[in-house]
Amino acid sequence: MTSAGHPRRGLAGVFAAVVRRDLLLALRRRSDVLTTFFFFIVVVSLFPLGIGPEIDTLRAIAPGVVWVAALLASMLALARLFADDYADGTLEQLALAPQPLLVLVLGKIVAHWLVTGVPLVLIAPLLGLQCDLPAAALQVMMLSLLLGTPVLSMIGAVGAALTLGVRGAGGLLALLVLPLYIPVLIFGAGAVSASAVGMDVGGHLSVLAAIFLIALVFAPWATAAAVRIALE
Amino acid sequence: MNWAGPAEFFAMGGYGFYVWGSYGLAAVLIVAELWLLVTRRRTLLEQLRRSLDMANDAE
Amino acid sequence: MPLNIWRFASPQAFYSLAGKLVPWFFVAAALLGAAGLYVGFFVAPTDAQQGDAYRIIFIHVAAAWMSMFIYTVMAFWCAVGLIVNTRLSFMMALALAPTGALMTFIALWTGALWGKPTWGAWWVWDARLTSELILLFLYVGFMSLHAAIDDVRRADRAAALLALVGAINVPIIYFSVKWWNTLHQGASVSLTRAPSMARAMLLGMLLVALAAWMYSIAASLMRVRLLILERESDSDWVRTIARKEAVK
Repeated sequence: MTSAGHPRRGLAGVFAAVVRRDLLLALRRRSDVLTTFFFFIVVVSLFPLGIGPEIDTLRAIAPGVVWVAALLASMLALARLFADDYADGTLEQLALAPQPLLVLVLGKIVAHWLVTGVPLVLIAPLLGLQCDLPAAALQVMMLSLLLGTPVLSMIGAVGAALTLGVRGAGGLLALLVLPLYIPVLIFGAGAVSASAVGMDVGGHLSVLAAIFLIALVFAPWATAAAVRIALE
Repeated sequence: MNWAGPAEFFAMGGYGFYVWGSYGLAAVLIVAELWLLVTRRRTLLEQLRRSLDMANDAE
Repeated sequence: MPLNIWRFASPQAFYSLAGKLVPWFFVAAALLGAAGLYVGFFVAPTDAQQGDAYRIIFIHVAAAWMSMFIYTVMAFWCAVGLIVNTRLSFMMALALAPTGALMTFIALWTGALWGKPTWGAWWVWDARLTSELILLFLYVGFMSLHAAIDDVRRADRAAALLALVGAINVPIIYFSVKWWNTLHQGASVSLTRAPSMARAMLLGMLLVALAAWMYSIAASLMRVRLLILERESDSDWVRTIARKEAVK
């Protein structure tokens, strides 16, 4: 990792370095990334198999199914966000760095989203197509996931930091984070459902955008605080 | 004052199941909470005494 | 005699203060509860539309108000603990959580039993019910996180941070009936307007709500005393108490 105290490397530079490092690490452990991706696809495919192939039913449930799968897939990937760095001491070094931990944590969150959220955004319309969603709804699906998956990463990061090194962290993380995900789910899936029946989506997307902004303001800060608590 | 006899009171205009199901559960839970607190205190103090006695015996 | 209130930040001092206060809060809860239920069942008239089913309101509203209020107080003590780093603040927050969860559950349960005869449904996924359900999950999450972390200090601080993150849910519950078209009725009681219900119903509601408040304080103080004993169990004053209670 490049020196974090280099005078000419400002805050943006350090941020970029953190993102680059995490992306590199994720690329080396490609299996983790792909597991999350395929988990998403499998979960979405399970619903038609379980509920029946009636196309009208599938069209109605598709927004919710895709969104719930996105939630679960996002949560699966969260454990890796800090766990490895916590185990080998890197997280402690990040906390000791002169740069604000908030920025470094945000860098890790961004990398996490690039690796787990963006693929979901790209593949979701294909899955929506399987359920015969109209084109406009598919666009809204991409947009809602584009707004929503960063929020999932941000809120999830708080949970991941709080449960670092704790017994049964996986299940506990789900318990802590899923209730906080619910508003994102409601408005994200709601937007797609509204679009599928031709109703206005402005309200849903506005609330999603508002949630995104609120999360952007508070979540990295809360995550940094949680990391410090875990490192004490 | 509305009191038309115990039968009417328990029937609650046909909604007795809902009304008494609500108050009944609330009462049960409150009693349970208090009982748990009391037993937890008793157990804790017993444990403390036992560990103190063991410490005394060890001396 | 100047009263130094800060001395009650010490667990030992607070333990004895709380011990003296608990019986009074229970007495207050019992009296207010009896009065409120008397007014609610015997003075308040039968509702024109809902019949006697509406009488669930007294326990339902009291529990719902307490579920939100206790979370707010809990979050407050979490914030105090994180800022000022006083052990007792964290203990108080932890002591409040189970009672808060209990109130939330009672609110949800009584709400369902009220909803069935009046709306025709045990449950609807509207904004208020959903956010109240989330509140229950938040309480459970708080207690679970604390229980999962072995180091007490880290557990206190992590759970406190979680409580603060979840605190945004409380205004959502409160304003949900104003912001969304929900099946749940809007606010009938406001600080600024005259209430839109019969006076006896209102009185009953307020009395039972106060009773629930007194009860919550009493139960939480009992619980915080237990936490104090557990955490300070190595100290002399706790050992003295343990021995003294054996003699009784």
